[in-house]
Amino acid sequence: MKAQIRKIMVTVEETHREAGRGIVPPTRKAVAVAVITNPYAGTYQEDLSLLMDIGAELGELLGHKCVQALGIKPADAQSYGKSAMVGEAGELEHAAAILHPKMGAPLRKEVEKGAALVPSSKKMGSPGQVLDVPLGHKDAAYVRSHFDGIEVQINDAPRAAEIMVAVAVTDSGRPLPRVGGLLHSEAEGKDGLR
Amino acid sequence: MPEIALRKIVTSVEEIFHEGGPPVATPPRRAAIMAIIHNPFAGQYAPDIQPFMEDLKPLGLAMAAKLLGLLGGAEQIEGYGKGAIIGAAGELEHGALWHAPGGYAMRELLGDARAIVPSTKKVGGVGARLDVPITHINASYVRSHFDSMEVGCNDAPRSDELAFILVMSTGARVHARAGGLAAKDIKGEDGLR
Repeated sequence: MKAQIRKIMVTVEETHREAGRGIVPPTRKAVAVAVITNPYAGTYQEDLSLLMDIGAELGELLGHKCVQALGIKPADAQSYGKSAMVGEAGELEHAAAILHPKMGAPLRKEVEKGAALVPSSKKMGSPGQVLDVPLGHKDAAYVRSHFDGIEVQINDAPRAAEIMVAVAVTDSGRPLPRVGGLLHSEAEGKDGLR
Repeated sequence: MPEIALRKIVTSVEEIFHEGGPPVATPPRRAAIMAIIHNPFAGQYAPDIQPFMEDLKPLGLAMAAKLLGLLGGAEQIEGYGKGAIIGAAGELEHGALWHAPGGYAMRELLGDARAIVPSTKKVGGVGARLDVPITHINASYVRSHFDSMEVGCNDAPRSDELAFILVMSTGARVHARAGGLAAKDIKGEDGLR
């Protein structure tokens, strides 16, 4: 691997009750995080292709870990998201290079299909800082029940010369969706929107 | 119909001159506005919450107008996003009420914005912060405009409150060079490319 990984964290959240009501089956979200060395910490690097390749590696690796942690078939994934937090010796653009050019295709392979844009966020941060990973339906971005997000934080990351990269995958929407809009069951999943 | 009980408005504007690379001639800016209101559904399970979306529309419009004022008008705006933090006596679903009025408000004032408004939401305690995603207003895949802005307020949301957020940006990331679809190449037909 081109990525030098120091740590991987995988977290699964299950919601069994919300607003006093039982959720059957529980809604579940997984997030997998890799803490990697930032090869360009402390420098201005014009060509970011190494980070783009690292993005492809991590899309596959972290997407796979999420699906594995949920114990589902790839086709049963319903929503996804991706985020990165760059340590202070790096640059916001390093996160962009990991997330945007090459991460999508291998991630989509892990969740099967994935016609929709993968929602994303990025920021610079310090060890222990919170990263909010946005979530959206993987095949139809307008499915309203699946707009969500999941928070990640790791006490010792990202150090100054590190990048924390997160991929989140769910097998469900919010626990008690009732604000209308396009439903999961109605999504066509052709144009990525509806 | 529950009334909107507004406790606080928080605005924030960032101007970014450089980030380690060459300083740019026109620094990109981003702005956020957060409205903290009473959550009429706090502490209970209300099955029928959709009428509140209609009540939120005027608030959304006022917030979007204020953001435009902070950034110099609709013609300056190239990116947008929205979010919600729900106080602990509320429910994630209450934040989802913001999808329609928040998006409507920005699109109403921006005219022909075609892209879906990226969003995130969570339940949080007092001082919770939210990373609100930002994408290009006309084509979600414009890579230079993928960004986000962290928003929070030290005394909100209290447990029976909702914090609704809108963000806008005036341009690309300051040293954008990750390739992909460029803003100048947008077709602008489907909101994606």
